[in-house]
Amino acid sequence: MDCYIARSSAIAARLIGGEMMIMAADSTFFTLNETGTAIWKAADGHTRLSEIATKISSEFDVADNDAHRDAEQFVKELVDHGILRISDGPITDASPLPVSAV
Amino acid sequence: MSLVFELNQKALALGIPLSVHLDVTYRCNERCVHCYLDHDDHGEMTTSEINGLLTQLADAGVFFLTLSGGEVLMRRDFFEIVEHARRLLFNVKVKTNGAMIRQAEANRLRALAVEQIQISVYSHNSEVHDAITKLPGSHKRTIEAIRFLKAQGLKVVIANVLMVDNVQDYAGVMALARELGVPYTMDPTITPKMDGDTSILTLRVNGSDLRQVFHDPSLVGNVDEFCGAPPPPGDDIMDGYPCSAGHTACYISPYGDVFPCVQFPLPCGNVRKQRFLEIWKQSEQLREVRSIRARDLTVCSSCAHVGTCTRCPGLAFMEGSMRGPSAADCQKSFQRTGVPSANMMLGAHSDRRQRLIQIQPIC
Repeated sequence: MDCYIARSSAIAARLIGGEMMIMAADSTFFTLNETGTAIWKAADGHTRLSEIATKISSEFDVADNDAHRDAEQFVKELVDHGILRISDGPITDASPLPVSAV
Repeated sequence: MSLVFELNQKALALGIPLSVHLDVTYRCNERCVHCYLDHDDHGEMTTSEINGLLTQLADAGVFFLTLSGGEVLMRRDFFEIVEHARRLLFNVKVKTNGAMIRQAEANRLRALAVEQIQISVYSHNSEVHDAITKLPGSHKRTIEAIRFLKAQGLKVVIANVLMVDNVQDYAGVMALARELGVPYTMDPTITPKMDGDTSILTLRVNGSDLRQVFHDPSLVGNVDEFCGAPPPPGDDIMDGYPCSAGHTACYISPYGDVFPCVQFPLPCGNVRKQRFLEIWKQSEQLREVRSIRARDLTVCSSCAHVGTCTRCPGLAFMEGSMRGPSAADCQKSFQRTGVPSANMMLGAHSDRRQRLIQIQPIC
């Protein structure tokens, strides 16, 4: 939880109809729900995952423990597909956020 | 239902141009005998114009971006364009002949995480390939490029345009693709030249060869299924639209002209004069294309093949009407199934060699 996460630059992404569409480098296609999108957007390489989870907990009115557990699981899945990068220290080259489609 | 299908349905409902094919140049280092393009530069968009356009496309919701030509690497700024496109997080596919791709270019494409590189290969036999491209040594360089790209772990697809000159070689190209470890696609479509010259249509594969291709299980899989008689169409087919052109996809020329598709030369506007989204949303031509449903097609709506035909509205447009039949697709449906199309039965499939105007600068 004390790690840093950053959006990978090896993906394609677009916000379409309010949903974040992401194609991973392995061509797996994902749509992120609102909380998933919020975590992915917050993955700037400079914010700790624990801070992101705390913010999600208050923004989406989720119990703190649940938010931390779910965020960790979600991040692990996205890291496995190369959508997010994870590091013990800050990551300087997070991919930019895509422009809004609608 | 796949997520990509869902994405397409959503884009259709929201009027989002999910896929754009952008030709960055018509210049080319090859002179393929079947090519429809005029390879002179009549005022291509500059780097900053293209990059500005890409930003507009991203704003409009475009996800899939195909960069093609001409030969894309004839532009010295090609990698600058790809870099900008990837910064905007497009899913980028590049179409190329590969002759200018060496180790350094392959490395660069890998670093930019390009999704797929489609490379034209006309034959496993270098003499046949080079005779089609009119560039000696092009086969060798193209195959080397595929190896450079594969070594980088990039996804490469071989595209094999079939014409009279190489129709007997597709099995050899398939074997070559297997050896190289890349997928193979085949397309027997030859379109008129940009200036309306239809002489290259004589390169189209003849009926009996086309029939043989469609009945080859190594190409089509289950022949009985692929070549079976078409089932009667339901209301969903008759209320459906012919293809994605103008609905969720469009084409933009190196001069900024917008068309429903690269094979549909109906000018809809120019991004040098108007914002892309304004053209996409307000073009009368695109609105007309979007209004057409299968039941509106003048001949095809009564055709047995209406639900299964590969009818291209762009080729139909070039033959006279975007609501009419495309004789080349009638031929494909007939050779595939043995069932004549409604257009063929009307006797209208005979050569209608009128002057055709293909994609040209509007201004």
